[in-house]
Amino acid sequence: MMLLEPLARLGRSGLAALAGIGRANLLLAAIVAGLPELLLKPRLLIAQLYSIGVLSVLIIAVSGFFVGMVLGLQGYYVLSQFGAAESLGIMVAASLVRELGPVVTALLVAGRAGSALTAEIGLMKATEQLSALEMMAVDPVRRILTPRFFGGVLAMPLLAAMFSALGVLGGWFVGVGLLGVDDGAFWGQTQAKVDFREDVLNGVIKSIVFGVVVTWIALFQGYDATPTSAGVSRATTRSVVHAALAVLALDFVLTALMFGD
Amino acid sequence: MGTTRTTEILVGAFIAAGCLALFFLAMRVSNLSAAANGDGYALMARFDNIGSLKVRSPVSMAGVRLGRVEAITFDQDSYQAVVTLRIDAGYDRIPADTFANIYTAGLLGEQYVALDPGGSPDYLGDGDQIEHTQSALVLERMIGQFLFNKAAEGSE
Repeated sequence: MMLLEPLARLGRSGLAALAGIGRANLLLAAIVAGLPELLLKPRLLIAQLYSIGVLSVLIIAVSGFFVGMVLGLQGYYVLSQFGAAESLGIMVAASLVRELGPVVTALLVAGRAGSALTAEIGLMKATEQLSALEMMAVDPVRRILTPRFFGGVLAMPLLAAMFSALGVLGGWFVGVGLLGVDDGAFWGQTQAKVDFREDVLNGVIKSIVFGVVVTWIALFQGYDATPTSAGVSRATTRSVVHAALAVLALDFVLTALMFGD
Repeated sequence: MGTTRTTEILVGAFIAAGCLALFFLAMRVSNLSAAANGDGYALMARFDNIGSLKVRSPVSMAGVRLGRVEAITFDQDSYQAVVTLRIDAGYDRIPADTFANIYTAGLLGEQYVALDPGGSPDYLGDGDQIEHTQSALVLERMIGQFLFNKAAEGSE
């Protein structure tokens, strides 16, 4: 019997993980089912767009500009060795629009807004506010989780677009303003190489997917948290870690599917 | 009531800024502004060898970009590559006896289709074929030819 204990423990953790995935999927279905009700009360959505989107603009804008400036410096350093400094615009714009914009935005939103969502929902559960809503015959999933989910899904692509646009401007500022790359060549080469459907729209699709994943994980971790202060703290940590891992892994899959050939 | 109104205004500004950023990416960074002036028209050209020409490579005349390579297919009957060129709608007076070459931008750069205008009074239209083409230069073949000529000179 003692010999079988490690095997049983492995089975228990596997079953627990499967049960968690199942609960997460049921929760997602319940959240999405609340959409028609949410459309009747757009004020709830606006409040969440404010706390997830508007309050994240500053960190997104500043990081985007700095990431673009670093890309400009590094790109110039490598490209000028091959006499191809005019291609700086393509390098900065393509890497931002395709990869860095959606991914870094998703990581920042997971850290800034996702952790806040988890802590908020977890605390609501710990202080039995969710049960209180149920007592008043209000579905807490539809009333609390659905607006937050769609707020995150809508805010993510807008934030990613701002990140990419400001990053390109940052790269332009460093390349054209400080390092003396020709202005016409910077924009001309960029426009010749960056395709709207292939690059920009695929980047937007990526960020919508990341928006779904990041808010889903944050809401599930909060809703599924052990209702104690230690449980909420663990859930907040898990929310950020899981969201970051999921974004990076999904980004690889999406990149392979979109730009693989 | 005042705070709700501020929130609404800020959310509105947020959505507007996001759409503006997307618009900036579309018009200034990507090629949507170039594609906006009509979809243009297609020309066909057959090449014996296209080297490493790719879909979306530029098509230019006198160094000015007129369009891009839309599709590359292989004709099993003539064993040639059939290249479809999408020319922007504004450039509709390309002579019928235009010459299409595949050149390389710089020594190691990518390959593109260069059009040399002929003197014909007739112009090419949608779906027409460019008759005169010249294949891409393959570096290995040139080196082989050069070595072969050298060897022939040496044996004389």
